[in-house]
Amino acid sequence: MSGDEHTETGTGWPKQPGPQPPTGPAGEPDPRPDAPDPDELSPLAPEVEVDPEPPPATAGESRLDRAAGRPFASALALVGGWRRTSPATVMIFVLLALLGFTLVEQLRTTSTDPITSAARQEDLVRILYDLNSQEKRLRQDIAALEDSQRQLLSGEQGQQAALEEAARRADELGILAGTLPARGPGLVVRFEPGGAGAISAMRVLDAVQELRGSGAEAMQISGADGVTVRIIASTYFLDGENGSLFVGGRLLTGPYTITVIGDPATMRTALNIPGGVVATVDGDGGTVIVEDREVAEVSALHAPIELEYARPIT
Amino acid sequence: MIAALALVAGMLLGLWLDPTVPGALQPYLPIAVVAALDAVFGGVRAKLDRIFDDKQFVVSFISNVLVAALIVYVGDQLGVGSQLSTGVVVVLGVRIFGNVAAIRRHLFRA
Repeated sequence: MSGDEHTETGTGWPKQPGPQPPTGPAGEPDPRPDAPDPDELSPLAPEVEVDPEPPPATAGESRLDRAAGRPFASALALVGGWRRTSPATVMIFVLLALLGFTLVEQLRTTSTDPITSAARQEDLVRILYDLNSQEKRLRQDIAALEDSQRQLLSGEQGQQAALEEAARRADELGILAGTLPARGPGLVVRFEPGGAGAISAMRVLDAVQELRGSGAEAMQISGADGVTVRIIASTYFLDGENGSLFVGGRLLTGPYTITVIGDPATMRTALNIPGGVVATVDGDGGTVIVEDREVAEVSALHAPIELEYARPIT
Repeated sequence: MIAALALVAGMLLGLWLDPTVPGALQPYLPIAVVAALDAVFGGVRAKLDRIFDDKQFVVSFISNVLVAALIVYVGDQLGVGSQLSTGVVVVLGVRIFGNVAAIRRHLFRA
């Protein structure tokens, strides 16, 4: 649109030929029912009171039509104090009322929902696309975060499992090393020396080895005076005086009782094999009494060994 | 005078009735309102220039609104509706600015 065009819009150029109403042939009445008086159309025309005295040129028929439209026009004139009430004025009124109406409506529509209601279709599609991609991004975020959560959780579980495993191993090793008391099914083996032959350290060691070979897991030996020694890998047996016994540095006197935890049937069989511990001690004149125990307790402890030179290889 | 009255009457009517804009008209209403505003400012300017003409105002008002809506409609059909409506709003805004400048010169001599 060119720059000079805007001066035309809404501005009445009275001399312009286009919008001027054709008045028709001279003398002939205007065919339009409510044709305005040509004088009224010109804003520059002096404001004359037209309605009370219509010009004599207009025919009677036209006068009737004008009279029919007069109440509304006169009402308008009353309201606005406007003397010239041509149909164009009424039209202006209607148009401006419509403008106000739509203006308010549009403002209200835009203010209630500024995003979606005023947007056209492609904008809505774009908004939808944006929201979709945003949702996708957020879903990826969620997946990543869930993944890391799972990893952390499994790491924690792994740590916990390793901790439990380590504790279990520590318990096992503690039982094997004699630093923890133990309880379980097993045997109580009593060595009672006979009149002549005492129970030598060799016999006791034989019995201990036999029990170890048949799956003993924890053992202790106690003498007659209640001294109890836990038997571990490094425990040694020495003959003492008068049939007494040095076990791991402690002096024990007979009769001796070995409490052992393991499979009772296997250990009993191992002790009773021909030429085994029971037979040998019997041959020496002593007696071996083997009793099953539902719950045997190995409660004697061995002081933990402080390793001075050996270091674990990790 | 009567124009301001009509505007106020229309606004009150809109506030009172509170109709909903039908979906088919929603893209065109804002453009039509802007075009009508342009026509109104042109009319005020013409009034101040003492060259106001009722009929021409009515015709220009209606044609402005219709052409603006038509341009947007055609733009929508061609798939460039948003760009074209932006263009229409820009052009009408320039015209409104020009008219308001003329009115300002009339009223304040500046």
